[in-house]
Amino acid sequence: MSGGQLSTTLCSERHVRRHPLRLELRGITKRFPGVVANDGVDLTIESGEILGLLGENGAGKTTLMNILYGLYSADEGQVLIDGEEVHFEGPGDAIAAGIGMVHQHFMLVPVFTVTENVVLGNEPTGALGRIDMQEARREVREISSRYGLEVDPDAVIEDLPVGIQQRVEIIKVLFREAEIIVFDEPTAVLTPQEVEEFFEIVRGLKEAGKGIVFITHKLGEMLEIADRICVLRRGKVVGEAIPGEVTPGELAEMMVGRPVELVVEKSPADPGDPVLEVSDLVVTDARNHRAVDGVSFTVRAGEIVGIAGVQGNGQTELVEAITGLVIPLAGHITLNGRDITRATPRERHRLGMSHVPEDRQNDGLVLDFDLTENLVLDSYYQEPYSRGIVMDWDAARDHAEELIRQYDVRTPSVDVLASHLSGGNQQKLIVAREFARDTALIVASQPTRGVDVGSIEYIHRRIVEERDEGSAVLIVSSELDEILALSDRILVMYRGRIVAETTPAETTPAELGLYMAGQVA
Amino acid sequence: MTTVDVPAELVRVPAEVKRERILGVVYLILAAIVAFFFAMGSEGDATFRLGEAGQDIDLTFSAAGFSWVVSAIFAFLAVIHLTRGIGRKSNLVLSIALVLFAFAFLAWAAAGSSFSLLGMLRTTVSAATPIAFGALSGVLCERVAVINIGIEGMLLTGAFMSALVGTVTNPWVGLLAATLSGGVLALGLAVLAIRYRVDQIIAGVVINIFALGLTSFLSSQILVENPDRFNRPGVLQAFRIPLLADIPVIGPILFNQNIFVYALWISVALTAYGLFRTRWGLRARAVGEHPKAADTLGVNVYRMRYLNVLLGGLVAGFGGAYFTLGSVGAFNENMTAGRGFIGLAAMIFGRWHPVGALAAALVFGFADSLQVRLGILDVGIPSDFLLMAPYLVTIIVVAGVVGRARPPAADGQPYVKE
Repeated sequence: MSGGQLSTTLCSERHVRRHPLRLELRGITKRFPGVVANDGVDLTIESGEILGLLGENGAGKTTLMNILYGLYSADEGQVLIDGEEVHFEGPGDAIAAGIGMVHQHFMLVPVFTVTENVVLGNEPTGALGRIDMQEARREVREISSRYGLEVDPDAVIEDLPVGIQQRVEIIKVLFREAEIIVFDEPTAVLTPQEVEEFFEIVRGLKEAGKGIVFITHKLGEMLEIADRICVLRRGKVVGEAIPGEVTPGELAEMMVGRPVELVVEKSPADPGDPVLEVSDLVVTDARNHRAVDGVSFTVRAGEIVGIAGVQGNGQTELVEAITGLVIPLAGHITLNGRDITRATPRERHRLGMSHVPEDRQNDGLVLDFDLTENLVLDSYYQEPYSRGIVMDWDAARDHAEELIRQYDVRTPSVDVLASHLSGGNQQKLIVAREFARDTALIVASQPTRGVDVGSIEYIHRRIVEERDEGSAVLIVSSELDEILALSDRILVMYRGRIVAETTPAETTPAELGLYMAGQVA
Repeated sequence: MTTVDVPAELVRVPAEVKRERILGVVYLILAAIVAFFFAMGSEGDATFRLGEAGQDIDLTFSAAGFSWVVSAIFAFLAVIHLTRGIGRKSNLVLSIALVLFAFAFLAWAAAGSSFSLLGMLRTTVSAATPIAFGALSGVLCERVAVINIGIEGMLLTGAFMSALVGTVTNPWVGLLAATLSGGVLALGLAVLAIRYRVDQIIAGVVINIFALGLTSFLSSQILVENPDRFNRPGVLQAFRIPLLADIPVIGPILFNQNIFVYALWISVALTAYGLFRTRWGLRARAVGEHPKAADTLGVNVYRMRYLNVLLGGLVAGFGGAYFTLGSVGAFNENMTAGRGFIGLAAMIFGRWHPVGALAAALVFGFADSLQVRLGILDVGIPSDFLLMAPYLVTIIVVAGVVGRARPPAADGQPYVKE
């Protein structure tokens, strides 16, 4: 096995420092059916610098890095290391050349220990292929102490919080002697405190002479951490910038190609009667843990209540209970005074509840249905879309065309499959379906996750409009910026409970971060 | 908990809790059966003979008394399950309980007379052997996330090839041919499942139907026509391992067997060591759990899958030869009679671990040999019902009592490299 040879050389040369690398991408072009993901991209990365790669979803950042990491092969262009052209057949070659990657979705085997994950593919072995776990553990300890990446080598991955899992990913990369480390959206799953810790680690790596590529679509983080920013749009490099010389607004404009409102404009709320009332709600998760543990709150007509919190603190289960996907163990939910604790989702729809689910591809859309079908998923059984047992597809189609126009869903026609739309347009499609009927309450989970800046702006504006028309809105988001921009009132969830209530004017991201981490001030 | 004001069935009850309850009820029923039928229905002493011919190791006890004790143990287990729960060790406890139940049954059947327990346990081991090879084959394949339903067909093909080639040449070449034939079928499965991403269940079923049809056809065309030339491979006889076979009771059961049983001990030990201690095992398990993670670290997912599926096929082919060379000495149509599927059940019951799979196979083998013994003891149960015993145990074990055994996370999913 080729890995065997690699592991022995790595082990013997572990402490020999490589010379600094200079990595160059020249004229990289990659086409997928129907799209040019990368279009003649030039890029250089050197040891000891942090290069920020900024761009919207679908701008081609991840494709570019996958080419660099040997997962894809470029249709045109060259990859050069210290001026010499290299060809990567697979990730193994890229690793051997000193390139490491921390993927957005961690590439860790959940049931393996930290050590097993780190050495996988480059195992120190003895006779008969036996893995020398003592040696492996020792190396993990050494790397973690050298770079301040504290972690228990024998912990099982699935028991660790994401922040620690990310450290394991970094240790994996360092174990393979990477000189250039690519981080793909590394902060998406972290709390603000974890982000700070992570930035410290990244700065430490830079001090140690590593070259860092930092991919994100978050402007603030980019300006804080990067030495140099490179902006991609539609597969092309559209500009370079140095933090301190640009404003967030200028960066956003480069990214989207037009001026963007980064802050939603909204008037002060004028709350009316209570619409959604949740009292002493207890919801168990699949493992019978109390994911929601005695939660009470009210959302009034004409106000937006934002629920902040790190993922996995009961928000998902809370939303499932409110929308009727799961029956709570105890407590009550009322909508406009009616007890809906045990109502079916359809009954809730009919009472004016709208739901923009967290996982838009699995729960929000039927990806193999076309747009017309997706847009009547909530109302297909009613006039005018069906009469008796017969569907009136013409009526549904007219309805779909109207909504597509009204909600600015970019699509060639209503006959394409939902799976063919970009993330932002899929989300707009769901918003169109859910907002189009008469809504009393809108429950939106992570409404702009993985959505491009332009669409975020649009969806946020729509949510505020719904509020102004008198709907009650409940937003659940792990993006603090979103919570602060939209909410009239903020609730913070931690371990199934609401640990704080505040308003955007009275709080700061730092304070919210402390609440989200359970460190109640 | 605060007020529980919703119907219980709508609240999420985790599988483990549900399972503890089911098991509690199962133990209650078992306790009642043992008490009413076996304890109250037995008279006199039962004698289990544990010695080989010439040895005199007998176990004599009151049949009714023993059954009362077993019944009490079941009642106790029921209470634990219904209140505190047993948790992770419940499969082990269940295996022991099933064996106890069987002993109570035997004591009832043998009350007032005696029978050879040693003989029955030896039969248990040999009956478990092909099941265990099937289960081991399943473990090898599913650990890299390829579901192998075709084990039955691989066993059957192995049985056929060992008979045919074994008669034409000699039994050892027959054994080799059987092993290779399993490997060939496995390669077929691997190409379909890994390269062409055919639904793995369907690919496996196809292999089973193909194997059954082909061996039946060839058997009726060639073997039956001229058995002396084509279907008399002979049997690889049991032989004693010096010293080890002299240990009382255990020795004759484990170490006075044929080559298949010894090969099984070695295969299980090697597979367990390999999967959990070596580089190959770590990579194989990674490929079964999170192939993309393995891929990004330079592990060749496809190669690991091909390799393991091929190994699984070789193991199943070898195990198939047991039916002829290790048992009756001739091939009969469909002689595996579902042992490959029971092997899959044993793999699940054994939680995808080679040693667990072996233990589970022994439980099924026990049911198999029980059925044979009861036929001899003539307990008044029609033999057709007795023949159902191993399948019945399979259904009971797989339906609900196995619990949340966690298969490899990517099990059954083809890997698509981007």
